[in-house]
Amino acid sequence: MKSIIHFSIFLLCITGPFVALSQGITEGAKVTGNIQIDGQYYTENETLGITDSSLNYRKTGMNGFANLLYTNGNFSAGMRMESYLNPMLGFDSRYEGVGVPYWFARYKTGSFEMTAGHFYEQFGSGLVLRSWENWALGYDNNLYGFNTSFSPIDGITLKGLIGIQRYFWEPYEIGNRGIVKGFDADFDLNEIFEKMADCQTRIDIGGSFVSKYEKVPKVTYVVDSKYFIDSVEWNKQTVYELKLPNNVGSWAARVNISNGGLNFYSEYAEKSNDPNATNGQIYKKGTALYSSLAYSTKGLGVFLSTKWIDNMSFKSKITETGTPPMLDINYLPAISKEHQYSLAALYPYATQPNGEFGFQGQIDYKIRKGTALGGKYGTSLTLNYSLAKSIKKDTVAISPITNSWVGTQGYKTNFLSIGDLKYYTDVNFLIDKKFSNKWKGTFGYFNQSYNKNVIEEGIYNENNMVKANIAVVDLTYRFTPSKSFRLETQGLWTKEDKGDWLSMLLEYNISPTWFFAISDEYNYGNPSDDLKIHYYNVAMGYTQNTTRFALRYGLQREGLLCVGGVCRYVPASTGLTLTITSTF
Amino acid sequence: MKKIILLVLVVVPFTTLWAQGGSKALFKLPEANLQTMDGKPFNTKNLQNDGKPILLTFWATWCKPCMKEHDAINDLYDEWIEETGVKIYAISIDDTRSAKRVMPTVNGKGWEFDVLLDTNGDFKRLMNVNIPPHVFVLNGKKEVVWQHVGYLDGDEAKYIDVIRNVLAGKPVE
Repeated sequence: MKSIIHFSIFLLCITGPFVALSQGITEGAKVTGNIQIDGQYYTENETLGITDSSLNYRKTGMNGFANLLYTNGNFSAGMRMESYLNPMLGFDSRYEGVGVPYWFARYKTGSFEMTAGHFYEQFGSGLVLRSWENWALGYDNNLYGFNTSFSPIDGITLKGLIGIQRYFWEPYEIGNRGIVKGFDADFDLNEIFEKMADCQTRIDIGGSFVSKYEKVPKVTYVVDSKYFIDSVEWNKQTVYELKLPNNVGSWAARVNISNGGLNFYSEYAEKSNDPNATNGQIYKKGTALYSSLAYSTKGLGVFLSTKWIDNMSFKSKITETGTPPMLDINYLPAISKEHQYSLAALYPYATQPNGEFGFQGQIDYKIRKGTALGGKYGTSLTLNYSLAKSIKKDTVAISPITNSWVGTQGYKTNFLSIGDLKYYTDVNFLIDKKFSNKWKGTFGYFNQSYNKNVIEEGIYNENNMVKANIAVVDLTYRFTPSKSFRLETQGLWTKEDKGDWLSMLLEYNISPTWFFAISDEYNYGNPSDDLKIHYYNVAMGYTQNTTRFALRYGLQREGLLCVGGVCRYVPASTGLTLTITSTF
Repeated sequence: MKKIILLVLVVVPFTTLWAQGGSKALFKLPEANLQTMDGKPFNTKNLQNDGKPILLTFWATWCKPCMKEHDAINDLYDEWIEETGVKIYAISIDDTRSAKRVMPTVNGKGWEFDVLLDTNGDFKRLMNVNIPPHVFVLNGKKEVVWQHVGYLDGDEAKYIDVIRNVLAGKPVE
């Protein structure tokens, strides 16, 4: 609430003079914005176990936001109002409420830029710092404080920031979360050194330092020891206290080298000892390496990337854990591909911050027009493979004081070691083909192994591995330039978990305004006969330039919605969903 | 306190209305730091087409309608350039997870237009983009004159119509 008042006063101070003064000053001033409202009306469904009480007697859910952005020359200010009344199913109940969790004022002069208020920032690939938001995911870890960027000469960019992170609607109080400070420097060598200006090879290096200060809680352990004096048993109690660090530092170094179609990127990061709720309060330092290599030329793209992370969860509150993952200072992206088809995305991978090795490779190839396989329009092929495994950990002896690994180094591991436990694999192949002016299609095959115990339960064994084969046929028929039908058929076959699925979607589009769709996802292979359910939906939408209305009625299956390796669990629901989005 | 917010919401749009003064332009392209696909810094003030219209698309490798939109635009791009001289910039909002996969995807697909990276969504926020695909048409003065959300097969015909109208000095719709 305080922040709303601050912001309102601040915005009035800024806009006031423009209203009062002549029009000359307001010249160039612009206000733009966007708005989105998602509303749901829930109905009960006995088979899915959705009852009034499981819905907490809430008949409806509504998430909405409105952004306003004011710009005038080098000055800009903005705010985002959010409301969750009530939060829709699948969003954390702590979001319930309405307010302004994000506002800022930004000024730029020459090569200096300063933001006061809330801001989003990323250093390098985000291994030590990334603040970002994703509306659909219900994720927002914006920083509230100051952010500056300065470029003393061409090719050098320095950034510095200080702030506290958003935690639902909870205002900052001493001790309820930490203060984040960060510094980043980026050097574009070809810009800095004249001799390298015309060089084909471009090199960019950078480094970051991020630290967190937190007033940590006191954690003590009492150890009883017995001793005898004159055959009489006495008990001695010794109190031990965990020395939790008030300051946790992390740093990263990165390099990007490119030459024509070739690009190499690598970033290495370390974090000092940070016993926290995610790593089981061990004192081991954290390490991460992310590298990628890409080569492409017209019609061909090759991409390889690997990631090795060990104990890299870095949050601004030592006790924070669980989902949604809040107060994350850094960002550890999942290394698998985000799929565009619903059944291919039924088993999505989520990063394991306590340790994982990941690899991904992809080849994109376009068979040229006019060849036998390419046909009149050419054919696009995409082959992708991703793998996530454990890292090798040799556990150390447990502590006699805590009777656990709490307070110890936890385990030993060698840098870049790969363990035996498989977390996830995915091989997929997609063909995009335009047959004629009217017909085009996408054909896909996916083979996935999903370690449900590791990814969903945090249990590190291979006892619940879901192996799934998925096929997709997606056909579009355009019978006039603006009217088209789309038929999407998907199948998922697995002996594990919920068994086999078939899905069909029929869409009728009238460009650029209307769409109508009916769909059904049928879980015909569910081991329980009662749960062999048709998840049917009917939907329609209307778009007028930047305003879009969409209405959907039906059954939503439970599942994980993941963006960038961060996931949100969406429970099953039945009912009506209305989405309105508009930009102005 | 609610009154204060209401007041702000009422006052701010008025300052805009005055400033617009009947101009067709919705707003001037804001400045943001992006990257080229090979990792070079790129500021949006350097988006250039010698006084001719620009089509900006916001997209991501995980966004299916975006990929369809780009395939469709790419098929027509040569004709569009010949007729209108339009230049297309595709702004990828892929984050670290997939940003480095953008260049091989674009080249592998054979797309001919320029692609830039907005890895942490800074430009996306400045342009008020909710979800991709979202396209903007800019006039020769680099002012946004039209925008459109979503992609349905055939929408590209509307884009080129708008661009033709911009060139002819007609209202965009």
